[in-house]
Amino acid sequence: MPITRRDVEHVAYLARLGLSEAEVEVLVRQLDSILENMQILGELDTTQIPPTAQVLPLSNVMRPDELWNPLDQQEVLANAPASEEGFFLIPPVFEENPADL
Amino acid sequence: MNLKELTIHKAHELLATRQICAVDLTRAVLERIGEVDGTIKAYITVTPEQSLAAAAGADERLRRGEGVTPLTGVPVAIKDNMCTAGVKTTCASRILDGFVPPYDATAVARLKAAGAVIVGKANLDEFAMGSSTENSAFFPTHNPWDLERVPGGSSGGSAAAVADGEAVFALGSDTGGSVRLPASFCGAVGMKPTYGRVSRYGLVAFASSLDQIGPITKDVRDCALVMNAIAGHDYLDATSAAVAVPDYTAALIPDVRGLRIGVPAEYFVAGIQPEVEQAVRNALAKLAELGAMVSEISLPHTRYAVASYYIIAPAEASANLARYDGVKYGLSLRPGGDIWRMYCQTREAGFGAEVKRRIMLGTYALSAGYYDAYYLKAQKVRTLIKQDFDAAFQTCDVIVTPTAPTVAFRIGERIENPLAMYQTDVCTVTVNQAGIPGLSVPCGWADGLPVGMQILGRPFDEATILRAAYAYEQATVVRRVPAA
Repeated sequence: MPITRRDVEHVAYLARLGLSEAEVEVLVRQLDSILENMQILGELDTTQIPPTAQVLPLSNVMRPDELWNPLDQQEVLANAPASEEGFFLIPPVFEENPADL
Repeated sequence: MNLKELTIHKAHELLATRQICAVDLTRAVLERIGEVDGTIKAYITVTPEQSLAAAAGADERLRRGEGVTPLTGVPVAIKDNMCTAGVKTTCASRILDGFVPPYDATAVARLKAAGAVIVGKANLDEFAMGSSTENSAFFPTHNPWDLERVPGGSSGGSAAAVADGEAVFALGSDTGGSVRLPASFCGAVGMKPTYGRVSRYGLVAFASSLDQIGPITKDVRDCALVMNAIAGHDYLDATSAAVAVPDYTAALIPDVRGLRIGVPAEYFVAGIQPEVEQAVRNALAKLAELGAMVSEISLPHTRYAVASYYIIAPAEASANLARYDGVKYGLSLRPGGDIWRMYCQTREAGFGAEVKRRIMLGTYALSAGYYDAYYLKAQKVRTLIKQDFDAAFQTCDVIVTPTAPTVAFRIGERIENPLAMYQTDVCTVTVNQAGIPGLSVPCGWADGLPVGMQILGRPFDEATILRAAYAYEQATVVRRVPAA
C-alpha cells in the first residue's frame, strides 16, 4: 500500500514533528520507497517465531529502595530554556479559551 | 614521537619512564589538532584548559606512582553523544543547542578514573544516525586518507582523530556498525562489545536494544586496554550485564592454532568491491597459515537484516527522541500559543533530515494498524538472525566477514539516496541485532584506502576475537599512516 500525504501528516502529528510543505513531499516519496524495500520481510514465515525485544535474559532489574545522591536541582535547571521557582516553565497545555476546543 | 603512530601502550611506556610528561603529550596532541583539524574537522569541541588540567593531574599520579593505569595521561577523544560533565554535548544536532550535561557518562567516568585525558568531543552523524558523518548538523568530517572521502559513520570524528594523530584513542558508539565501519574506513581498530558489556548510562540513546559504546584504537592491544577500563556491570544501566570482566590483555596471545573460523558466504554480497573481497580472503589465508581452521558457513537470514534493522532502530529512536521537546534543555521555540506549537516548531527546526526521516519511519512502524506488519515482524526476523549466529557458533569459535562491502566513498556520493546509504551497513547490522561482540581490524588496501576485516564472537567472548585479531595483526606488515 503506497504512502499517501495523509499518512505522512498523520505520522508527523503522532511524532509532534512539524514539517514544511517541501519536507512532506520528499517524505511521501522516500518513506514509500523505504517501506517498499521492507516488504522483503514478508517472504519469511514467522508465525512460530517469538519476537526479540532485547538479547539479554534480563527482566525486572531491581535496585534496593535506598536514597542516593540525586542531581542538584540548580544544575539541572541551568539547562532549562525557561524556569521559575524550581519548575520548568512551559506554554499552556490547553488553550485559554475553551470555546476553541 | 609520531602522533599518528603513537599507541596507548607506547605512550604509557614513555610516560611511566618519564621520557615525556602528560602535559607535554597533551600539548603535542592539542598542537596537532590546531594544525590539521581545520581540514579534517574531527572535533566539534576541543577542551584545551580542562585537558591540560587533567594532564597535570595525571603527571601528579605518575610522579607519586599512585593510581597509575595504562591509560593515565593518555589523550582521548569522546564521541559527542556521550555526556561529559561541564562540557557542552551536542550529538551533532541543533536541538541540543546550549546543553551542558551535569554528569559524566559511566564510560567517561571510568576513563577519567583511569587517568585518561579527554581532549575534546568528536563529530558524528546527528544522534548517531548515519554511516558517513555527513548528517552532522555542523560539518562533515574528512577521511585523513583522502580528504574528498567520508571517514565512515556515525563515529567518523572519533576514527579520523585516531587515524590522524589528533587523539591517541577514542570512544565511539555502535548501533548498526557505527564504531566498526569508521574504524574500517580510517584504518583503525574498532570494537563493538557484547550488548550489556559496557554501560550505556550517559550515552545519548538512539536504539536502546542495539546501542553499545566501544573503543577506536590504533592497534589490538590498545583496544584490550580500553575495554579493561570501560567494561563491566553498572548499577546505573539496568541493561548492563553482571558478567565479570577478564583482563583482556591476557587474551593477546598470537596463537590461533585450531581456532575454528566460519566465513559466511552471504557477507560477500553482490556489489562487494573486488579488492575488498580479495583483502579479506588474503587475511583468511594468513589466519589459515597460522593454524586456524577456516570453513564456509551460512547465515541464511542475512539478506533480511537491513530491512529488519531499519524498522527496529528507527522505531526505538522515535521513542528515544521524543524527549527533545523544548521543555527541559536545548532548543526551545516558543512562538506563542500552546505547548503543541512549541513541540512541533522546536522539533522541526532542531532535527536534521535523516533524523526526521527515521523518526517518521519509526513512528509509522509502531503506529496502530502497522505495528504487527512492521515492528513485530522485524523483531521476529531479529530472532531468526540471532538463531543463525547461535547455530553457527556450535561449530565455529569466531566468524570473519568484510566490515563493509566497499572502502570509503566520496563525500556527497550517497547522501541523497537513503537506501544506498543504508546498504553501507549490510555487514554490520546483524551483529547489533544478535547482540554479539564484533571488531574491525585493518587487513589491506584498495585504491590506497584501508580495508577492514570484521571478526565476530560469542556473547561475552571478546577475548577470543581479540586473540584472533592480535594474531593476525602481529603476523602482518606494520600499518601505514596517512600522509601528513
